Amino acid sequence: MSLFPQFLPLAIAGIAVGCVYALVALGFTLIYKATAVVNFAQGELMMLGGFVALALVATGWPWLLALAGAAILCALFGLLVERLLLRPLSGQPHIPIIMSTLGLGFMLKGGVTMLPGWGAETHALPTPFAGLVLTLGATPLAADHLVVIATTALLGLLLFVFFRFTRLGKALRATAQNPLGARLIGVSLPRMHGLIWALAAALAAVAGVLLAPITFVHAQMGFIGLKALPAAVIGGLGSIPGAVAGGLLLGLVESFAGFYAPDGIKDIAAHVLVLAVLLLRPAGLYGDHAQENI
Amino acid sequence: MRRQQALWLLAGLTLFGAPWLLSPWGLSQLGFIAIYVIAGAGLMLLAGFAGQLSLCHAAFIGIGAYVEALLQARGWPLEASLPASALIAALFGVLAAWPARRLAGIYLAIATLSFGFIVQEVLARWEALTGGNAGMVVAAAHSVFVPTIDATQLVWLALALALACLWGLGRLLHSSGGRAFVALRDDAVAAAILGVATARVKMLAFALAAALGGLAGALYAHQLRFISPEQFDWVMSVELLMMLVIGGLGTRAGIVLGAVFLIALPQAIGLLRDLWPTATPPAGFELCAFGLILVLTLRFAPAGLAGWRRNL
Repeated sequence: MSLFPQFLPLAIAGIAVGCVYALVALGFTLIYKATAVVNFAQGELMMLGGFVALALVATGWPWLLALAGAAILCALFGLLVERLLLRPLSGQPHIPIIMSTLGLGFMLKGGVTMLPGWGAETHALPTPFAGLVLTLGATPLAADHLVVIATTALLGLLLFVFFRFTRLGKALRATAQNPLGARLIGVSLPRMHGLIWALAAALAAVAGVLLAPITFVHAQMGFIGLKALPAAVIGGLGSIPGAVAGGLLLGLVESFAGFYAPDGIKDIAAHVLVLAVLLLRPAGLYGDHAQENI
Repeated sequence: MRRQQALWLLAGLTLFGAPWLLSPWGLSQLGFIAIYVIAGAGLMLLAGFAGQLSLCHAAFIGIGAYVEALLQARGWPLEASLPASALIAALFGVLAAWPARRLAGIYLAIATLSFGFIVQEVLARWEALTGGNAGMVVAAAHSVFVPTIDATQLVWLALALALACLWGLGRLLHSSGGRAFVALRDDAVAAAILGVATARVKMLAFALAAALGGLAGALYAHQLRFISPEQFDWVMSVELLMMLVIGGLGTRAGIVLGAVFLIALPQAIGLLRDLWPTATPPAGFELCAFGLILVLTLRFAPAGLAGWRRNL
């Protein structure tokens, strides 16, 4: 421990960023599992969530309410995206659908950048615990990081309960496992697809708000999505524990690589890691099948 | 068949006459279309015919561009540096395909996306060789017979190579080796049962696609006269894939239609700019318009322009 005085702070920071990756990766995983679509706009949905929270705080909402408000508004937006963008394309091959989500991402990024006086700037989202530092023994721990970890753990638990015990959660799982079978027992697939998009968008929004104290809010922050996607694949796309594990692993690797490895390694750590994992386990750590028809 | 040959001949003659008639700006646009057709032919083979979703085509173009720039700067004539660019890019294609042998679908897309990021980072960090993020100025091409290849001659060369690529792709698809690519796309398991060595065919598709990407990159370096790592980022890979999807995935006509669409896109966005109430629209407008055009085109013509024409 004394050999690595930085170990604990680096690990905590890594886990905190890893939690954000995990939340975005969860969004990828949920949509992929239920609809077999990879949503390349997931990072931009996160950015949108950050900006919505920023707007709510600017109008005087307290942080916690702004977090909830951003999640709900983004969920509605996700519902809208599913209805207007994805549903008309159902039955098309996967590549045009993936390209449409990329187009949506470009629209969101460009659209937010265009907001007068807001889009081109970097914003700090004031949080009730900003700058607060707790100490564990002699090690300082940033409250920002701890809040991220606690919120993610809570959300993970809620999701687990939702998918395991509620009727709706079971219907969603049925949709993911066997769409035709789910339809036969009366599950409405369009409603499930809308719901999963709303859920994924809400998770992305929460990730955006949680990330704000660490990287600030700006139009380019959707770039995180391009790291969370490898994280989801590392875990095995379509596996919920896999998405969390992949996100945490990536956060830790980046955190330690940023401190111990030469410049630049941190930026491509996600990509080296995903290639290494895919070479050894082509379906990811928790994935069960690699053959998709795309 | 004769009608088709006549069409090819007519297209060839028109194109080779065009560089004399066009303004310098039109000439450079024609050159970029030809270069995107070459790169697109490679990606079409890989994504459209062999069914392998690749998001690192820009990396191959970048490798080709840097190899060409470095070799020409060291005195290699075009006759040697162009094949070398294609060959080295092809080697990287084999490298990218290494994890791909066992991957399919979205896993492959992510593996290639990550490969592209790593290549771009290496180009940016290996400053001694590439000049890093500051980029590299590329001289006009020189060959054994022509000491300085001017803009018109470069466009001719690009057009000739583009037509050769389209023709070669058609020939390839009618050979037994070419049909193996399509078999791999349509049903990998069935193809394997029929004796197609799927892993080797995937490798070959990646190598050929990367070679054409490298060739396009070499021409791109001379056409633009300046290269830097961020030109060859993942957005370029997405643009190329978008160009093929909008043109019509799995058709040769789609390559040309898509390339024209992609080069015309900035003009279309320029027209939209003029409709904006204030003099200049805020930053982000181009990106937003690009996304909107992409979404709307895919919404109303998901099979692409070539497919759309067929559906009429």
